[in-house]
Amino acid sequence: MLNDFLILMKSELVITFIIFLLLFIKVGKGMKNESLLSLLQFLLLANFIAGFFFNETGSLFGGLFTTNALIAFQKSILSLGVYLISLLFADWLKKSEHMPEFFILMLSALLGMFFMISSGSLLMFFLSLELSTIPVAAMTNFDLEKKISSEASMKMILSSAFSSGILLFGISLMYGATGTISFAEMPAMLDGSPLQILAFIFLFTAFAFKLSIVPFHLWTADVYEGAPIAVSSFLSVISKGSIAFILLTALYKVFAPMHELWYNMVVLLSIATMIIGNLFALRQQNIKRFLAYSSIAQVGFILVGISGNSIAGTSSVVYFVLIYVFSNLAAFGVAGAISQQTGKERINDYKGLYQTNPFISWVLALALFSLAGIPPTAGFFGKLFLITAGASNGNYFFITVAALNLIVSLYYYLRVIRAVFMDKNEQPIEKINLHPSTKLGMIICGAGIVLVGLLSWVYDYITALTM
Amino acid sequence: MNLTLLILLPLLTAVVILLMRNAEQVKWTALIGSTLQFVLAFVLLFAFRNERAGGNEAQMLFELQYNWFPAWHISFHLGVDGISVAMVLLTAFVVIAGVLVSWNVTKMTKEFYFLLILLSLGAYGFFISLDLFILFFFLEIAVIPKYLLIGIWGSGKKEYAANKLALMLMGGSALVLVGLLGVYFGGPEKTFDLLTLSRGHIPVQVQKICFPLLFVGFGVFTALFPFHTWVPDGHSSAPTAGSMFLAGISMKLGGYGCLRVATYIMPDEAKEYATIIIVLSTIAILYGAFATMMQKDLKYINAYSSVSHCGFVLLGIGMLTKTAMTGAVMQMVSHGLMTALFFAVIGMIYERTHTRQVNEMGGLMKVMPFITTVLFIVGLCSLGLPGLSGFVAEMTVFIGSWQHPDPFHRIATIAACISIVVTAVYILRAIGQTAMGPIKEGYNNLSDAKWNEKLAAVILIAGIIAIGVAPFWLNDLISPAAEIIMHKVAGK
Repeated sequence: MLNDFLILMKSELVITFIIFLLLFIKVGKGMKNESLLSLLQFLLLANFIAGFFFNETGSLFGGLFTTNALIAFQKSILSLGVYLISLLFADWLKKSEHMPEFFILMLSALLGMFFMISSGSLLMFFLSLELSTIPVAAMTNFDLEKKISSEASMKMILSSAFSSGILLFGISLMYGATGTISFAEMPAMLDGSPLQILAFIFLFTAFAFKLSIVPFHLWTADVYEGAPIAVSSFLSVISKGSIAFILLTALYKVFAPMHELWYNMVVLLSIATMIIGNLFALRQQNIKRFLAYSSIAQVGFILVGISGNSIAGTSSVVYFVLIYVFSNLAAFGVAGAISQQTGKERINDYKGLYQTNPFISWVLALALFSLAGIPPTAGFFGKLFLITAGASNGNYFFITVAALNLIVSLYYYLRVIRAVFMDKNEQPIEKINLHPSTKLGMIICGAGIVLVGLLSWVYDYITALTM
Repeated sequence: MNLTLLILLPLLTAVVILLMRNAEQVKWTALIGSTLQFVLAFVLLFAFRNERAGGNEAQMLFELQYNWFPAWHISFHLGVDGISVAMVLLTAFVVIAGVLVSWNVTKMTKEFYFLLILLSLGAYGFFISLDLFILFFFLEIAVIPKYLLIGIWGSGKKEYAANKLALMLMGGSALVLVGLLGVYFGGPEKTFDLLTLSRGHIPVQVQKICFPLLFVGFGVFTALFPFHTWVPDGHSSAPTAGSMFLAGISMKLGGYGCLRVATYIMPDEAKEYATIIIVLSTIAILYGAFATMMQKDLKYINAYSSVSHCGFVLLGIGMLTKTAMTGAVMQMVSHGLMTALFFAVIGMIYERTHTRQVNEMGGLMKVMPFITTVLFIVGLCSLGLPGLSGFVAEMTVFIGSWQHPDPFHRIATIAACISIVVTAVYILRAIGQTAMGPIKEGYNNLSDAKWNEKLAAVILIAGIIAIGVAPFWLNDLISPAAEIIMHKVAGK
């Protein structure tokens, strides 16, 4: 029993261990930020690598907690994201007075996400969702002196509270309609009665809030703009990724009998999300708001993949999230490095960036091409497989809309590329001094963007896990 | 011969360029790399001819297949037939000439050559791939370098032109993507493999949707009317080598795709839609020719005439006879060489006179005899003088078209023929005003071509004359492959 416990919950235990370590360090003598940061980076890297070993299938606590190789891999993707964040935003982190607290909050949120992905019942899901949300609201307000951050934090906490309320309502209705909250027992009880449909819609709304699916996306841009860039990147990559993973379990496993119902919902929401996200991204001037709307559009594409059948859908979504971690974090990392040193966050400020900062310009270009789905970057493969998975139902209208949205998104990504490489500027951003670990993070992201696509065994590996 | 070399060599060149320290090293690396490509293309040609002479009748030679994404049945499948070999040769000619004429690029030299070589990588990969997924992959690889080449090193309304080009080409490839997915899921089995798809029969209702998607999608690349509007803006704003690559290679990607993918795997609907294709391409031929008459800028003249000339490619494909298809491929090769040379000459003139307006020039023959001679040769090729490649290619298309006895095809052919007269008018006028007459003020001290420009011009002229004098070489290469496509269309 104890062995099971240790092995099945190993990722969660490691994260808990790090959190406690941080608490002791904080309470005790304290360490210099610089060395503490290196220690944490090392621990997070170790955690990422450890995620690939001793992955067994099993469940604990009477089915509340389940895990298998695919779930372990999903956790590894999230760990990788957190490791990259600790690298990319090193400058910002080490200047912060409260760096240990920041990591405690971030790792608590990560812990919540781990439990969420592993959850085997609605109750566990709700608890872990809360654990993954509330620390993020505190992180959003981490730049205490900034008014805009407090506003963002308030918006975040209010909208999360609202969606939690809806979720709880949905859970109670679902319990009333099926008599169970266990994921394993629920499919057998689903018969498509109106009450169940209503309950499902409430549950789905909560997912939609967290994933910022249109029309539940209104909080996204404001929160991203107000939060420190490290937190925006965490929200857009790690939170979104974890919700996408649990959505896969929910739709393909738990609500599989209601496929007809959710398929149409997913298609409609996906079209709305892609179009709205893309159209709003066209006009943004602030790079953070720009990335916020672009990430809304990316979620629309994730939904395209989800609309496919279970195996193709799961593997293409997991693959896409992995690529998205590299690409979006690279873009946020560049924006963060520039904002940290110069305070400039407008796309117009990026004009002529290539003249002074060729390295980060190429990183940004790679990231944006990957987000736009241009080969040979990994984003091309990610997008293409999502669309292929979505096409397996033969819904060509939907696929055409998705493909046309690729063009719209290319237009606004090229706007940034154009500012960086083509436009002239009398006073371009001065040379940015990158922290060595920021540079390392960018190199890892760049390597990931180039290699994850071309090395096809990554996708094969994910497909093998899905089977 | 191992076909991956054609992809690895440009890749290696691009990587080495990135490692170089100064502009001089970069230029020489690019030149050595493109020379090796040139040699490799000829090695491929001779190896191909040897195999064929040795009695190897396989449809595709030098096939290679690696599993790439087995979950989606995608394989890295390469192979060449005569059409591919012809297109690879064309690419090699244009790349080496493009590298040579860009010798004077001083702004961000390393990036410039890197993107040029990347573009050639996309083109080689496209022409030799037999799996529709990797074909699409290489098609898209070639889009972004064009955008950056125009946007950074271009002139005039470069940002506008670069955006327009990138978005229209991506629009085309989005249509191609949907068409490919339709074929993948609607076809007899789930595969992107071109040969497997061509052996099986794709249901007619799938073809009905996917053929127009694929044909129009690829058609955008090759200036199918009314999706040609990126051509004039893109070409006129691009730097010299960019225009050469765009018109010489990139527009041919579309023609090749229309022929090899759309027509070959969906022959039933190719017959159904042939009328529309013929009408649209005839419009493009005439419209392009008449629009050129109104142009004053040399680059615009060649850009609009490219629309007209590329119309012949689509006309040849739409006619669905073996001769016309052979003509279409010959026209791709011929126009690729010719238009690359034309843009190269325009670039050379512009570098010296700093204007491209025809009426601001005059008497250039007296100060730069070499450049104007090249201009004459390329102009005569464009208007179809026998002995040069343009005549051979267009004549083959016309002969192929005339094989249809019905009035519709006859009228389309005659209408297309009219464009030749119009071509003669605008070409002769433009060249006459540029080269002849009294020399304009301030142009007395202009220098003639330098070694690199001479070499580039000589290489391309050699290609043009070789095709013009001995067209049977190219014909022998292309027509067996065209016959296989025609067999499929005829339903045998």
